[in-house]
Amino acid sequence: MTQDISADVLLAIEGIGKSYPGVRANDDVTFRIGAGEVHALLGENGAGKSTLVKMIYGLVKPDEGHMSLRGAPYAPAEPRAARAAGVAMVFQHFSLFEALNVAENVALGMDDPPPMRDLEARIREVSEGYGLPLDPARLVGDLSAGERQRVEIVRCLLQDPKLLIMDEPTSVLTPQEVEILFGTLRQLAAEGTSILYISHKLEEIRALCDAATILRRGKVVGTCVPREVSARAMAEMMVGASLNAPARATGELGPVALTVERLSVASPSAFGTSLKEVSFEVRQGEVLGIGGVAGNGQDELLAALSGEARTGRDVVRVHGRGIGHLGPNERRQAGLCTAPEERLGHAAAPDMSLVENALLSGAVRKGLVRRGFIDWPGTRAFAEAVVKTFDVRTPGTGTAARALSGGNLQKFVLGREILQEPGIIVVNQPTWGVDAAAAAFIRQALLDRAAKGAAVVVISQDIDEILEIADRFAALNEGRLSAPVPVAGLTLERIGLMLGGAHGMHKADVHAAEVAHAET
Amino acid sequence: MLRLEKRPTPSRAWAWGTPFLAVLLTMIAGGALFAMLGKDPVAVVRTIFWDPLLGEYAFYLRGQLLVKAGPLALIAVGLALGFRAGIWNIGAEGQYIMGAIFGASVGLAVYPTESRWIFPLMILAGGFGGWLWAMIPALLKTRFNTNEILVSLMLVYVAETILSKAATGFLRNPEGAGFPGSRNFSSYPAARNPELIAGTGMHWGVVAAFIVVIAAYVLLQRHLLGFQIRLAGQAPRAARFAGVRPNRLVIFCLGASGALAGLAGLFEVTGPAGQISIDFNQGYGFTAIIVAFLGRLNPVGILLAALLMALTYVGGEMAATNLGLPSAAIRVFQGMLLFFLLAVDVLSNYRVRIAAFVKEAR
Repeated sequence: MTQDISADVLLAIEGIGKSYPGVRANDDVTFRIGAGEVHALLGENGAGKSTLVKMIYGLVKPDEGHMSLRGAPYAPAEPRAARAAGVAMVFQHFSLFEALNVAENVALGMDDPPPMRDLEARIREVSEGYGLPLDPARLVGDLSAGERQRVEIVRCLLQDPKLLIMDEPTSVLTPQEVEILFGTLRQLAAEGTSILYISHKLEEIRALCDAATILRRGKVVGTCVPREVSARAMAEMMVGASLNAPARATGELGPVALTVERLSVASPSAFGTSLKEVSFEVRQGEVLGIGGVAGNGQDELLAALSGEARTGRDVVRVHGRGIGHLGPNERRQAGLCTAPEERLGHAAAPDMSLVENALLSGAVRKGLVRRGFIDWPGTRAFAEAVVKTFDVRTPGTGTAARALSGGNLQKFVLGREILQEPGIIVVNQPTWGVDAAAAAFIRQALLDRAAKGAAVVVISQDIDEILEIADRFAALNEGRLSAPVPVAGLTLERIGLMLGGAHGMHKADVHAAEVAHAET
Repeated sequence: MLRLEKRPTPSRAWAWGTPFLAVLLTMIAGGALFAMLGKDPVAVVRTIFWDPLLGEYAFYLRGQLLVKAGPLALIAVGLALGFRAGIWNIGAEGQYIMGAIFGASVGLAVYPTESRWIFPLMILAGGFGGWLWAMIPALLKTRFNTNEILVSLMLVYVAETILSKAATGFLRNPEGAGFPGSRNFSSYPAARNPELIAGTGMHWGVVAAFIVVIAAYVLLQRHLLGFQIRLAGQAPRAARFAGVRPNRLVIFCLGASGALAGLAGLFEVTGPAGQISIDFNQGYGFTAIIVAFLGRLNPVGILLAALLMALTYVGGEMAATNLGLPSAAIRVFQGMLLFFLLAVDVLSNYRVRIAAFVKEAR
């Protein structure tokens, strides 16, 4: 440790433990956060990060151990007590009312809100002071995800916290928005506010944090200074095993397999995003990455490719043959398999067994239905093959889909599509909420499929993921797709600009963005 | 304090156990109701559940069980297909009436011709009548996205109006001295639905019910259509992803349940009821909803549930005549059965924990 933490410790956590029925969520966790330090809490899903911060924020009581804040014993009975002690938290999922404006939302989250006029002035002052401009009178429903996060952050800053906890704050942001956020956090740290930063994005942690505590299965397995170690080394500490970066086979690209030409689809839902003249081609053996912040038409694009939404015949073509008018099963027959983002309820039926879920999309290509009757032994064999090949951890194929963890179910869903050996595979958020080991496995499986000559389309909000596996990159923004460009030589800044447009939150762009918002 | 904890997988033991628990709770609550009415609860419960099977008049009453259970099972199996898919046909009573009217009309139109083709033709017409009546909510739903619950339910009252018109008008027995009601099919051999084995109550409708139970079981367990029905009910988005076309499912499920209800009506009117009369329908179409849920929307379970429900009908009538119990009390009793079933259903999806230590606020 290079950090001189003994001098000025803000929060000390000693031997904290917490058990739930059947799970040891935290076990003898000890670490310290220095004043003005940006401290990363790193770990896979289920490593115990959330339980730990909930204890710090007073949402959960520890079973054993104790905490001290600035030397005084600290045991908040509820979040209100934590806030009074100077601990604030920005949650991963926002708790904002869309029908209320910014100032009203901020007031609702305060224990003792000042008069509205004073509050509005304070919001302006604080938000501009920290480079996060916000108009207190705007309706939250009209704000982008990044702006909504600002509301949450400003709400915390108004309480003048000593410790700010941020849970996965960048998952909804574009790279430019991330830069602005980091600027704010650095400014806060320089002013003496400590920040506990929870994330599994290693490069971000390396860019931002002064120290990192790594959790695995509820225990502290390591500490490091992120700037001094590689992302790979941190990932390996996190997973507890050595990770292999996906191997890229640089094979020759084949002929064009999937063509989408001027695809326009009105979204079926009032809050969805309509697709506007989306065009792209994918060749055999190629991986096309489609990036974009959530809610820019990803679901709609997947539906138009899976056949859940139908279009004109020649809008979607497989090997030159128009299939836009066909339904999901005819498209599978034509060699186009898809995996939607939402695992439970869309890609899989929660209460059905894995065998039944294997039939769900595998019936056509695996020949599991003969003259209308289901070949259950064949379906079971297919499900077992998926479980085995993709290392799905489950008691058996008779288990209901909802009983599987997110990562395991995702492996099952993707395995089900990949084992059908489609010529074209389209996946939406393939590693969302999946732990690092499973994510690496899934990415490798997609690359292997491409190496065998399949055209692969990966729709993802995770830019690192796209950079890791895609050959070409295109950005989806408000239903429009940018022209795909080769990933090789692409800078983060360029990607951000492609993703951005109205979402680009460069300080200089804020005015332009607001004009754009006014127009829409 | 009690706390409910969602089970990772629904409990199979409770899925089969809840109907029995519901029957038990109904006996207890029903007994309390009967006691408040000033009757001996034990005697009433025994009259309803015991006497029809093993009591003094059981030789006669046992036959009545199949007569009542047949149409209930036939209708309930059809309804269960739709309920499984999340398509709520509440108007089986109307489809049942229309099936009876269509089938009876064919028979009465050719009276008094004798041919062995007449009864089969009437069966087809009966099924068609019920199907046609169910197609109204089906098409309105697929075309205009109307609510099939409301439309099918309202069509029951339309059907009842048509029934009274038929009984007093276009199907009235010309030789009936002006009394309402059609000719009696028991005196028209070609169009009669006879008791096949004397004393058992077994008629063609019961045979049809058994066949339909088996067919529905195979459909749901082995056929792709059955899988799609279950999928659409459990996860509509996943169903669309699997290539299920919701509108086709609506047409199939409403059509099948309508046709089966129509068949039940035809078998009833040509057999146990004997004629089209203003009130030949016994509310089977509504009771079948209870039967479908009591049988866990499972064809075999429905067969058992139909027998149980027939028992409460037959035993309830006994209790009404012998013990002077109001007939409404019997209907409350049947309603309780559904109420308790839905209430204890929670056990198959949740685990009940007695939790004193829950202090954690979320």
